[in-house]
Amino acid sequence: MAYTAQLKELVKIVEKTRPSRVGVDHPRMTPEERQEVLERFHPDFIDEGFRRIRVGVDKGSRLPQQMADIFESRSRLDGVELDLSKSDYEVDVLVIGGGGAGAAAALEAHGGGASVMIATKLRFGDANTMMAQGGIQAAVKANDRPDIHYLDIMGGGRFENIPELVRAAVLDAPQVIAWLEKLGAMFDKDEQGNMLAIHGGGTSRKRMHAARDYTGAEIMRTLRDEAYNREIKVVEFCPAVELLLDAKGRAAGAVLFNLETEEYLIARAKTVIIATGGSGRLHFQDFPTSNHYGATADGLILGYRAGAKTIYADSVQYHPTGGAYPPQLLGLLVTEKTRGLGATPLNVKGEQFVFHLETRDVESSAIIRECQERKLGVPLPTGVPAVWLDSPLIEIIHGEGTIERQLPAMLRQFARFDVDIRKDPMLIYPTLHYQNGGLLIDEHARSTVENLYVAGEAAGGIHGRNRLMGNSLLDILVFGRRAGRDAAAASREVTPGPVSLEHVQSYQRELEEAGITGDRVSPLLLPHYTHR
Amino acid sequence: MSATIPLIDIYVMGKQYMVPETLTIIEAMEYAGYHFKRGCGCRAGFCGACATVYRMAGDFELKVGLACQTKVEPGMYLTQIPFFPGRKANFDLEEIKPSVADFAQLYPEVFRCLGCSSCTKVCPQDIDVMQCIASIQQGDFTRAADISFDCVMCGLCVSRCPVHIVQYNAALTARRLYSRHIAPPSSQLKRRNEELKAGDFEAGIQELMKADKERLQELYNSRDIE
Repeated sequence: MAYTAQLKELVKIVEKTRPSRVGVDHPRMTPEERQEVLERFHPDFIDEGFRRIRVGVDKGSRLPQQMADIFESRSRLDGVELDLSKSDYEVDVLVIGGGGAGAAAALEAHGGGASVMIATKLRFGDANTMMAQGGIQAAVKANDRPDIHYLDIMGGGRFENIPELVRAAVLDAPQVIAWLEKLGAMFDKDEQGNMLAIHGGGTSRKRMHAARDYTGAEIMRTLRDEAYNREIKVVEFCPAVELLLDAKGRAAGAVLFNLETEEYLIARAKTVIIATGGSGRLHFQDFPTSNHYGATADGLILGYRAGAKTIYADSVQYHPTGGAYPPQLLGLLVTEKTRGLGATPLNVKGEQFVFHLETRDVESSAIIRECQERKLGVPLPTGVPAVWLDSPLIEIIHGEGTIERQLPAMLRQFARFDVDIRKDPMLIYPTLHYQNGGLLIDEHARSTVENLYVAGEAAGGIHGRNRLMGNSLLDILVFGRRAGRDAAAASREVTPGPVSLEHVQSYQRELEEAGITGDRVSPLLLPHYTHR
Repeated sequence: MSATIPLIDIYVMGKQYMVPETLTIIEAMEYAGYHFKRGCGCRAGFCGACATVYRMAGDFELKVGLACQTKVEPGMYLTQIPFFPGRKANFDLEEIKPSVADFAQLYPEVFRCLGCSSCTKVCPQDIDVMQCIASIQQGDFTRAADISFDCVMCGLCVSRCPVHIVQYNAALTARRLYSRHIAPPSSQLKRRNEELKAGDFEAGIQELMKADKERLQELYNSRDIE
């Protein structure tokens, strides 16, 4: 599915303007311009995409339609008979979710002397972590400091981030990198052992540390290998479908569902960590997504039914550079590292229309404006909107061979569908990428429900209303580790007692009182893409 | 999916389905009615969940690919291999060294490689798997790490190895050995963590935490950018 003859003609326009663009920086937007493009074009400002939730602790707050559907659904356990006096698993710390946050939490809880179990919906490591390509931020270089990192995060998040969480992230960041280095994660380094660092959108220092363009995969496979080395129990294909609470309303385990045998299993624990990731597979406002198959907001509804408060659950990140063509790559992530290395977005006339490293919310909004309002997108045979991302610029700036060395995953992915990104520009459009908000936590990753922790994309507040590149791999490890340590310590204070699903029944009553009936159940567990 | 896209025939575990020709194998199976539990992961070529073996009608050659990264073709006979029971050796990274002797304790089968190159031929990531194994045999963990870096651990190599080497786990161990014991540690990182331990940045952060939104905006909009 190489470029069509018509697209090849349009590539010639890009090639024609390229020499005049080399070495010329497009101006950054002023704060006023940023605000304007956000309010007019960012999907978070399109009110039809949202509604007010009618039940639960955050009743009245704004949620994306599809997430509100999940929140306003029956429990999967509604009408299911379970004997809660028995248990299939008993551990100190139950980690729900097997991505980067879950793995980090499990390793630290194990290190803290607790017995730990990871229950995960798919395979251990099936997570957005695995797909994070570009890098992880940490203020390590001599010209950088954690407080500079702090200011970048706050500005990126539109100053709505929770300060204590940002402080934790920036101060833990260099320790997290050192932890990974010690665990044998293979970062890109120079001959002295110092890590290579580049810019991401909205960074004021080059502090993006990478492992080629497999950074998340490298972190995930290292943590997973270490969890296996330490013989931490992992139960795969067993998502949690509800939390269990004790008589005092504290988290005390979960009901798991074996996807293959369709049995329910009772896992009892002294403390519980939700690390279930994001919600891209809910396809808010019909956007395609860069997310993993399992990103269906499961942990959010489990926590919410148990009474955990949310924050910024209406704030969604659309990554500026999702694949638009060839059609097999629709919505798939084109790493921000591509722009970090100098590739710029261009309209159909081969002109750059936005600085290439604005924050993601602003960059995406500018691309949407270029297509929707200015009608200067690149026309595709599939009819989806798109602009160019001029990847060949990278090799002009940094020399031949840079793409193969620094973006091997991107090169391979496009080559599979007959596009050579060293020679031809890529076609991109914003894709649903990240849940900026989630369940509210404090700096120890504690939710508002006692003995319930949340780490990673399921948690909210760290990134305000827009996350910067490279701060998600950071956040999952910072708060995964903090959750693991605190949950292990807290588990020593807990004496197990009877558990119940009373909170689920009372949530169901609330739904009925609000007149919300029907057969819709949640958590969703698996998206449904079969032929309709 | 537009109605104008031509349909082609594919055979999932021998059973015929007509699917639009532009789809990947994953999308085609979903179009046919499959609702994945196993055999589907990141859908972007990074996780190795969807290793697939296929053969074209009339041909004898078995081909492989990731179902999310391979387009369907007419007459494609396919099956997924969503799990492979490969062995992993457990180790303490602080205790073991990047030496042939230590490696042979963990994965003795690596040293039985016949050099048949089946692993290299089968790799959907085009990794020269056999050269990675040869590098480990020679104690060149730097080279083994570099060659194997793009591995998504899908397990197809293991499925074809006549002497039962678990290449993806051996390669991961080699990369961790290289990164921990051969690549020099970052001195910048060490220095920064010492500064953090001494509490060097606490005051600067506290000041920002106390600042109101207006002050933060002012600082943000006037910050110098490298």
